[in-house]
Amino acid sequence: MLPKSPTLFTMPTILIDNREIEIPSGRRINGIEAAKLAGVDIPYYCWHPGLSVVGSCRMCLVEVGTRDPKTGKISMQPKLTPACNTWVGENMVLVTNSEKVARARAMVEEGLLLRHPIDCPICDKAGECVLQDYHFHYGQKDRRADVAPFTSRRRDLGDVTLFVDRCVLCSRCVRFTAEISGTKELMFTGRGAHEEIDVVAGFPLNNKLSGNVVDLCPVGALGDKDFLYRQRVWYLRRHPGICTGCATGCSIWIEENQDRIYRIKPRENPFVNKWWICNDGRYDYPQVHNPRRFSQPQRRDGGRLVEIDWGSLLAELREQLRTAGRLAAIISPFLSVEEAYLLCAFIRGLDAEARLVVGPVPVVGEDERFPKGFTISAEKCPNRRGVEAIVAHFAHEVASFDQLLQELDGGTVHGLWVSGGYKTDWIDEAAAKRFERLTLLIVQDLFPSPLAERATYVLPAAAYAERDGSYVNRGDRLQSARWAIRPPLGVRTEGSLLWELSGRRGLYNSQAVLEEIAREILYFSAIVGPMPVPETGIDLKGNLLA
Amino acid sequence: MHYEPVLLANIHKQQSHTRAIYEAGGGYRGLRRVLKEMSPKDMVGLIKASGLRGRGGAGFPTGLKWSFLPENLPGPVYFCVNADESEPGTFVNRVQMELDPHQVLEGIILSCYATRASTAYVYLRYEYYLCRERMQAAIDECYAAGYLGKNILGSEFSLDVFIHRGAGAYVCGEETGLIESLEGRRAWPRIKPPFPAVEGLFRRPTVVNNVETLACVKHIIDRGVPWFRSMGTPPEPNNPRDPGSFGPKLYGLSGHVNHPGFYEGPLGISVRQLVEEFGGGVWKGRRAKAVVPGGLSTGLMSESEFDTPLDFSAPMRVGCLGLGTACVVVFDETYPMLDFLYNSCRFFAHESCGQCTPCREGTHWAVQMLERIKRGRGRLVDLDLLLEIGDSIGIIPGSTICGLADGAAWPIKNAIRKFRGEFEEHIRRTNPQGYMQTEPVEAVASLGAV
Repeated sequence: MLPKSPTLFTMPTILIDNREIEIPSGRRINGIEAAKLAGVDIPYYCWHPGLSVVGSCRMCLVEVGTRDPKTGKISMQPKLTPACNTWVGENMVLVTNSEKVARARAMVEEGLLLRHPIDCPICDKAGECVLQDYHFHYGQKDRRADVAPFTSRRRDLGDVTLFVDRCVLCSRCVRFTAEISGTKELMFTGRGAHEEIDVVAGFPLNNKLSGNVVDLCPVGALGDKDFLYRQRVWYLRRHPGICTGCATGCSIWIEENQDRIYRIKPRENPFVNKWWICNDGRYDYPQVHNPRRFSQPQRRDGGRLVEIDWGSLLAELREQLRTAGRLAAIISPFLSVEEAYLLCAFIRGLDAEARLVVGPVPVVGEDERFPKGFTISAEKCPNRRGVEAIVAHFAHEVASFDQLLQELDGGTVHGLWVSGGYKTDWIDEAAAKRFERLTLLIVQDLFPSPLAERATYVLPAAAYAERDGSYVNRGDRLQSARWAIRPPLGVRTEGSLLWELSGRRGLYNSQAVLEEIAREILYFSAIVGPMPVPETGIDLKGNLLA
Repeated sequence: MHYEPVLLANIHKQQSHTRAIYEAGGGYRGLRRVLKEMSPKDMVGLIKASGLRGRGGAGFPTGLKWSFLPENLPGPVYFCVNADESEPGTFVNRVQMELDPHQVLEGIILSCYATRASTAYVYLRYEYYLCRERMQAAIDECYAAGYLGKNILGSEFSLDVFIHRGAGAYVCGEETGLIESLEGRRAWPRIKPPFPAVEGLFRRPTVVNNVETLACVKHIIDRGVPWFRSMGTPPEPNNPRDPGSFGPKLYGLSGHVNHPGFYEGPLGISVRQLVEEFGGGVWKGRRAKAVVPGGLSTGLMSESEFDTPLDFSAPMRVGCLGLGTACVVVFDETYPMLDFLYNSCRFFAHESCGQCTPCREGTHWAVQMLERIKRGRGRLVDLDLLLEIGDSIGIIPGSTICGLADGAAWPIKNAIRKFRGEFEEHIRRTNPQGYMQTEPVEAVASLGAV
């Protein structure tokens, strides 16, 4: 804590439900955020920290007043005020637990349920629905309105499905397409109780951020076509993860049930992705469960590759590498910094002159920037910066992939370890041919490729959701995540494999490796010893300047 | 009562909408004098001193509204004229724009000078076709005469006036709804703060004034503050926040009276006076049952309250929302209040912009119940529910963004509180089996489009 001096660090003090709360200065916050700091929940539908304030759902109504700093006398305004549009300042008083506030909330809740189909048993949102939760917390006990026949209309909006009757008209999705994606597909039609969300015919919701409207929807009105009817949400467990789709490195939630991923959701990170992720990252997870993946190690036996057991394979690999001659390794930008470090250290331990090369960096088109700053990187790998720093630490001069190919042609390299992990075809027949002169080629990859066909050993790689590790994104922010699902039987994660190959004891401990990296490599020195990396990551740039 | 009309002084002349006739009656003399002699600041001071209050319905002091504009802010200030006269029962702005558009225009020019606005938009109700023609013709005449355009009458002051035709939505009469609509969006009233004086049209400081208010500005300039303050009701001595109700006012009169029409008088004449003296009494020799005192939003005044003066504060004392537009609709003793309330609720449910939950759902729910009551399936508990809706929607309880929800609430509250016996009698008579029921019942199919 900084010392409290009256001139420099005055923190406005406000009173929420008779509790004094100090508001951190610097950023303007509203009543909802201030109450959250005090541990008080104010319900809301239309407000979202990433969108403009419209104040239309009226669920966050509170009583607002001021306290005279001299006499301590409190005077309240007679009207209820939406907390979302109440910017807190010195001596403000908020009351969220009065009878009057409770009545207003119950009235809004009752209003929203008047025409709602209440079809929770067949609604995807049930279990994580704000309307449901608020009804139990703040709603009227019994229905007082007339009972109308059940209706359930579906409307195809393009990327998502709208369940028209479930909508509470909070306008979040409309504001999202206007303000964040900038594509303005969604709009309101009709007026009053006939109001509905719609698109103009012929211009469906179709943009790279469209999946976010499903997350924004507080009720089950917007349905994700990918997730719809596939899993009840209460069966899902969610794990913090990092998207490996591009160099932006969005924070995500990986939601799985019994080692099967059902959906990816954005995880709030003010330094990276705010509240959003793109559809590329969101709908990328099926690759994890792709049946084409390698699921067993393979060894060349005569002319063909034969599946083998792990058994004594590790000792065999170590022996093969030790006797191969000049070694080299391709460090994939899909590896985490810990895995890259272990691989570099292992190969250099066998051959102090071994060539270390960063694998090809896939680049597709150009960066896509959206109005409020969300960016999809053209660089379609999560950790180029991280592995480059690791390789530079070991090799001093970082050789390019093309350089390595030339050396392969020259026959100066004899044994090569290739780490892959690419989601798409990354090497073609012509390039793979140039690897043929090697005496030992170990390929660790997710999917079959022309290179794997020529390998001496093929090791199955683990997908991003199956591994522990840290990635450095385009903005030099290092983020760590633990595994969310277990890899398929027969697959060993890169980390544990390299840990054992390096002769380390016990189970793979990515945190220990990261500590080692932080001690040894200046670029990573912002990581503080045994402290776990914060959920929002660590900015490595600060230490570069120092 | 003898009263010399001021606002309506020109309308009976031939060709009253032309500049020639208007100038022959002394028009634009005030403008010439103001541009020579007064600074914008003087004008704001003068209007403040006159105690002029907005004639659009809420009665906010006009001078005070103008003084909220930030001073010395670079960039434009916008002036909007609210000519979207859509309040049921109200039609006085229309008369002014059709028969004396130059009076309104002079008021606009003077007010823009006072607020340093260089662009004015007249937001005109869609249905007012003749108004549009006459106002546009008047604007064209003014450009030709040098009252509009660059360097008006040789001064530093320049002004352009544009007419924008609405598309027929009631909510566009709310000032921020009007602004949104002018910007080309759905007329969803904006949440305040920020108020339009700080951030309005195109995110710039903006003033929105009613047509009749601007006509009053012109007459205050011509005749002075003492003349203006010689009419009306002085402030209530025990209420320090009442600025009083001064000046002339246009009254509309419709419904069951012998002579419906529009009349001018000082602020503060009583309903009885208006109905009896101006309107020639209730039609067919019947007695009045109630009136709507100033447009549907203001609620209902029962016969026993007819001595209430029509000024900005007295209607509130009998439970009405306020003066509103002072356009009175008279109901005779045979008129069923259920029909009144059903019509009123249907109107507000139809015109609810749908933004705020309490208004969107509350007005719709009220219609649903009233339809059921009309079908002979009412319950006494419905009246309590209706009252609860009435008491919980609007900016006065604080549950909505704009005041139109209050307008929807007041007829419900007034009709049921003041005529509860009549409603109960209807429910008992038409639903003798079920009137005591309290469990939810099946909804009736809608009677018609809402």
